[in-house]
Amino acid sequence: MADPTPLIALIGIWRTYGTGEATVHALAGIDLTIDRGEFVAIMGPSGSGKSTAMNIIGCLDAPTAGHYLFDGVEVAGLTRDQRALLRRHYLGFVFQGYNLLARTSALKNVELPLIYKGLPRAERIALAMEALEKVGLADRAHHDPSQLSGGQQQRVAIARALAGKPRVMLADEPTGNLDTKRSIEIMKVLERLNGEDGLTIVMVTHEEDMAQFSNRLIWMVDGKIARDEPTRKVA
Amino acid sequence: MLWETFLLALQAILRNSMRSFLTVLGIVIGVAAVIAMVTVGQGSADQVTADVEKLGSNIVMVIPGQDAMRGGPSGLAPQPFSMKDNDAVEALSPVAVAAPISQGRERAVFGNENWRTDITGTDNRYFEAAQWELERGRLFEDGEIKSGKAVCVIGETVRDKLFGNADPLGETIRIKSMSCEVIGLTKSKGASTFGSDQDDFVIMPIKTYFRRVAGNNDVGLIFASIRDGASIPDAMDDVSALMRERRLIGVGEEDDFEVMDMEQLTTMLTGITGILTGLLAAVAAVSLLVGGIGIMNIMLVSVTERTREIGIRLAVGAQARQVLMQFLVEAIVLSLFGGLIGIFLGLGLGLLGSSYLNVPFQPQVSIILLAFGFSAAVGVVFGYFPARRAARMSPIDSLRHE
Ligand SMILES: Nc1ncnc2c1ncn2[C@@H]1O[C@H](COP(=O)(O)OP(=O)(O)OP(=O)(O)O)[C@@H](O)[C@H]1O
Ligand SMILES: [Mg+2]
Repeated sequence: MADPTPLIALIGIWRTYGTGEATVHALAGIDLTIDRGEFVAIMGPSGSGKSTAMNIIGCLDAPTAGHYLFDGVEVAGLTRDQRALLRRHYLGFVFQGYNLLARTSALKNVELPLIYKGLPRAERIALAMEALEKVGLADRAHHDPSQLSGGQQQRVAIARALAGKPRVMLADEPTGNLDTKRSIEIMKVLERLNGEDGLTIVMVTHEEDMAQFSNRLIWMVDGKIARDEPTRKVA
Repeated sequence: MLWETFLLALQAILRNSMRSFLTVLGIVIGVAAVIAMVTVGQGSADQVTADVEKLGSNIVMVIPGQDAMRGGPSGLAPQPFSMKDNDAVEALSPVAVAAPISQGRERAVFGNENWRTDITGTDNRYFEAAQWELERGRLFEDGEIKSGKAVCVIGETVRDKLFGNADPLGETIRIKSMSCEVIGLTKSKGASTFGSDQDDFVIMPIKTYFRRVAGNNDVGLIFASIRDGASIPDAMDDVSALMRERRLIGVGEEDDFEVMDMEQLTTMLTGITGILTGLLAAVAAVSLLVGGIGIMNIMLVSVTERTREIGIRLAVGAQARQVLMQFLVEAIVLSLFGGLIGIFLGLGLGLLGSSYLNVPFQPQVSIILLAFGFSAAVGVVFGYFPARRAARMSPIDSLRHE
């Protein structure tokens, strides 16, 4: 019963920054397909293009060359508004730098994507609280980002991505600021969403331990995919 | 969704309370300043016209010299008038009465009190022509006018300064070396348009003034009222012709005196208030500009944060136009809010200023709309356009904006 169209298909993707001498090929010809329900971890040295790839998959950035098909649809062929709808209804993004709204409570931050989904207020608050509970921050719902630790802010960002119950979760180093215990808790949440709800997850991480929760490990070097293999689970 | 947008905008306003406050303040200052100043200016101009009209439209004044009051080149000191000139003017058929007037400023002393005031020498015709009424006492008697007796009628201010609570009638005040008996007190007219006190004077028979105060027989002004039904321009022509003849001005030579009717006086005085109004308006325009620059500054300083906010909203699925609508609503709400406060504050200050200066309260819809429109435009332009630029970038560029 497998759908023949992959959910995410990157074909010959390049992303080039700057011109002339200063040209940087952040992505240098990436081919990658990700199917529904996969839990993919991306690893690689700093500057290897992991965030750049995530931004393109998240429809936040456009490739310089190549094709990106989401569920068989060429993303470059969509209008800006259609890409916004794609983000709204299918994608949940956790930024490496959190990107929370300043002077806005954790709850309101988590509620934000739900507003654009057009949900009524009561439902928004219920969903946002539920997401905050999942990341263990229900008691900090009314704190502003400036009153939260780095790790707590990161968990708010994760809750925001989860709240809208997206089909694909794109998480750029979601546990980069968390201690091992918290990181494992978050990973277990993701693992359960992946297993029970069929949430497709693409996650960048620097930690072998966290990559362990994935089913597939992609290793990037210099804007290229160096290895792409099933995760070797260490018991 | 429109309601949601409105709520989002309100949230953004409350969240950025400092930014919102400063924006509103900028608009309030600009709008209030313009409205208050122009309202007071216009009230003053109207008051001048009303004041002059109160004198009666049948008044003609004759002044030695040309451009004296218009402030033109003065040249030689003009030859003054004489009592005979006044009598000749009064003898003209369209003239009802003509009052000779001479004026100077001197110190009036009573007991330990002293007060510097306008000393006017004239006769009873002046009270009639200028419509002064007595509160108490009497006007001059013919004998007093003829002989130049030391008697005087004083205004309310002089009474207050010299006598306080005591009764001035029958008392003697000293002006220069003269002792002068107070025989009358005029009804108070209050402050005039320019804030000048209209009750600050001592009036005495003109002969007394010539002899005891001025030391010469120069008449400084002829104040004539024209008969009902007579044409004022014709009367002015008659006065002109008469004075040219009396002052031996040859054909082709210019007048060395000026004949003004109330219309000209009004024009001249409103010209002065017009300049004042213009000055006030200029100051107000500067306030408006400063307010505008304040708004602009706030908006531009916050552009980085706003750009990042726009990036975040786009990233979680907002469409560019939804975000823009939010920012537009935010700018409009702030502008409306600031504009309304500004209008009320401006009208309040205008009312206060008008009553303080004793002029009518004349708010002008056109100025209110103009000031409001300008501030609102600044708020919307500088609130909205940076947002529009940000919303056109790719989400990741907005997020990375520094
Ligand atoms: N906006 C940009 N302008 C110019 N160069 C950029 C820009 N963004 C990224 N790069 C370059 O692209 C390359 C890849 O960057 P990227 O952020 O994808 O790395 P990364 O693998 O996520 O690294 P890290 O693990 O440190 O987050 C880097 O060499 C970086 O300097
Ligand atoms: Mg990165």
